[in-house]
Amino acid sequence: MKNNSLMKFGGIVMAVTAIFYFAMNTNQAVDAKSKMKVAFVYLTNPGDHGWTYAHEVGRQQVEEHFGDAVETVYVENVPEGPDATRVIRELAQNGNDMIFTTSFGYMEPTLKVAKDFPNIKFDHITGYMRADNMATGNIRFYEGRYVQGVVAGLTTKSDKIGYVAAFPIPEVIQGINSFAQGLRSVNKDAAISVVWANTWYDPVKEGDAAKVLIAEGADVLAQHTDSPAMLQTAEKAGVYGFGQSSDMHDFAPNAQLFASVNNWGPYYISQIEKAMDDSWSTGEGPDHWAGNTWKGLSDDFLVLTDFKNMPAGVADAAQKARDGIANGSINIFSGPMSDNEGNQILANGEALDDGGLWAMDYYVEGVIGKIPN
Amino acid sequence: MIDALILTILMTSVPLVLAATGELVVERSGVLNLGLEGMMLMGAVSAFAFTYATGSLFIGLLAGIISGAVTAAIFGFFVLGLATNQVATGLALTIFGTGLSGLIGADFVGNAITGLPTLFPKHFGDIPFIGAFLSLDIVAYSSVIIVFLVWVFLFKTKTGLILRASGISHDSAHSLGYSVLKVRWCAVLFGGMMAGLSGAYLPLMLTPHWSEGMTSGRGWIALALVVFASWMPSRIIYGAILFGTITIMQLAGQARGWTIPPQLLSSLPYLATILVLVLISIRGSAKHAAPSNLTIPFISSK
Repeated sequence: MKNNSLMKFGGIVMAVTAIFYFAMNTNQAVDAKSKMKVAFVYLTNPGDHGWTYAHEVGRQQVEEHFGDAVETVYVENVPEGPDATRVIRELAQNGNDMIFTTSFGYMEPTLKVAKDFPNIKFDHITGYMRADNMATGNIRFYEGRYVQGVVAGLTTKSDKIGYVAAFPIPEVIQGINSFAQGLRSVNKDAAISVVWANTWYDPVKEGDAAKVLIAEGADVLAQHTDSPAMLQTAEKAGVYGFGQSSDMHDFAPNAQLFASVNNWGPYYISQIEKAMDDSWSTGEGPDHWAGNTWKGLSDDFLVLTDFKNMPAGVADAAQKARDGIANGSINIFSGPMSDNEGNQILANGEALDDGGLWAMDYYVEGVIGKIPN
Repeated sequence: MIDALILTILMTSVPLVLAATGELVVERSGVLNLGLEGMMLMGAVSAFAFTYATGSLFIGLLAGIISGAVTAAIFGFFVLGLATNQVATGLALTIFGTGLSGLIGADFVGNAITGLPTLFPKHFGDIPFIGAFLSLDIVAYSSVIIVFLVWVFLFKTKTGLILRASGISHDSAHSLGYSVLKVRWCAVLFGGMMAGLSGAYLPLMLTPHWSEGMTSGRGWIALALVVFASWMPSRIIYGAILFGTITIMQLAGQARGWTIPPQLLSSLPYLATILVLVLISIRGSAKHAAPSNLTIPFISSK
């Protein structure tokens, strides 16, 4: 019996060791006093080929840009919540000068740790809370969605667009509405069916959602989830779609019209440069959803891959829409604009400001159904 | 349109049927392996890697099955060889499999393969009513045959009886002269092979790419399915199709603008499993209850 309980204990020790070893794969670089040390906290693994992958590409651009002047470290698979606080605190104690936390759910953990380490600069991605030593950064993802809408409107034959979305949060709703504005700018008959997958990442479910939308007649698909499963399903069924976060051309050479790619490198590099010459700041004004840096196509924070699998005329229209947003001649959310129940949101000549963009709790015209609460 | 939905439901159910059938045999022998998710991921990454490297789907499937069995052997070494706690070891196996598959698969991220073909010619799918059932691949059809064979084995053969006896009372089986550990080893390895095949179905058929953690909790649903089926093989098929129908219909419902909260529908498989557990407990029927020696390590008295 003694042997048995010893074995039980052994099993538990093994489990706990395994948890720590595999859940927290730290890549810690060597110390060097003269170098600036920058740390990144990742939600998943760069292997997701989506959100975290795009951040990892940004980190590599930092290494390339600064060479020996900057030492980077990253921690992957950090769950949002108490674990995040522990990891961020550890990175702060290990002498990092700057810490980027790359998911919305790290907002409060980052704020908590930032208060205890006033000399370290914290930079949180996609949140709205700031402190004296905590800045926020975000990309205007929705700008790419407008161009997708334009291409979808000119490509669809069934006038049915399928949209696989993760969770009904402002950022996702912004994207759907922006897509609809682009769609309706070229095709008033087309409409978007939204399917909520209730997950950022579940390839099988994302693929299933795409199959269901295709079965319902959709011939162009968009997604606001992380895996290439939707595009692979589109490829197999012979319909079209758009890549998300990174270029997914290899998964769907005939189906991907283009992909909106998150380009974090320029943001990271400019923030680190500002920290080096002491011009780093967390901006003026109140805490705001937009963060103190919120840029898109105009600053190459968001880049579009080549327009493919479409006639030249459609590619031209896409390029015009892209350039129009970048140079400011197209304002995506400007009046007249109504929600999909017919209530007027913006009169002619009005436009939404950044605050209005984060307060969207309605679908604009061209989207079918209601937002789940 | 309905055909396409039925086909999606059937294909979504296949990995659940495979993994749950393997786990059912393991649990019938008295061992609980909570490492399904880990074994499935190992099967998935091996199947993708070998298919990508050799271009052969057959070698990929085989690699998935073998690596599932190898991962299960690690579990077997601890819980059968060293009689460690099955729950803790199973959880550790999930974490181990998730981590190791991510490490192995890192180089394969971003690549795509061509998935399994359908068994019958494409135009069979156009036949009304039964078209969806004729549009599946060889693994899907095999899964039904495997469930049938497992039922025959468990309830119509002597070896199956010994396996069930090991799960209900390993001391009795031992005193009758049967090697409980040998039986359990075979069951655990079979469970690993099935989990590996189930995992292989994801990158070879459902979504022909590898990405880390791509099973996204299907191993846990398969575990719930074994309980839902009250350890009866045929019920795994009904259960998997029921779970699959709920998943697909909530997606289809949204596409058609129905207003049922998708969160509620997503949780239905788990609620159904809890309901079955409650029913088993109320009825107090031993026939549908868990094998009584489940999770209890067997240590032969010296």
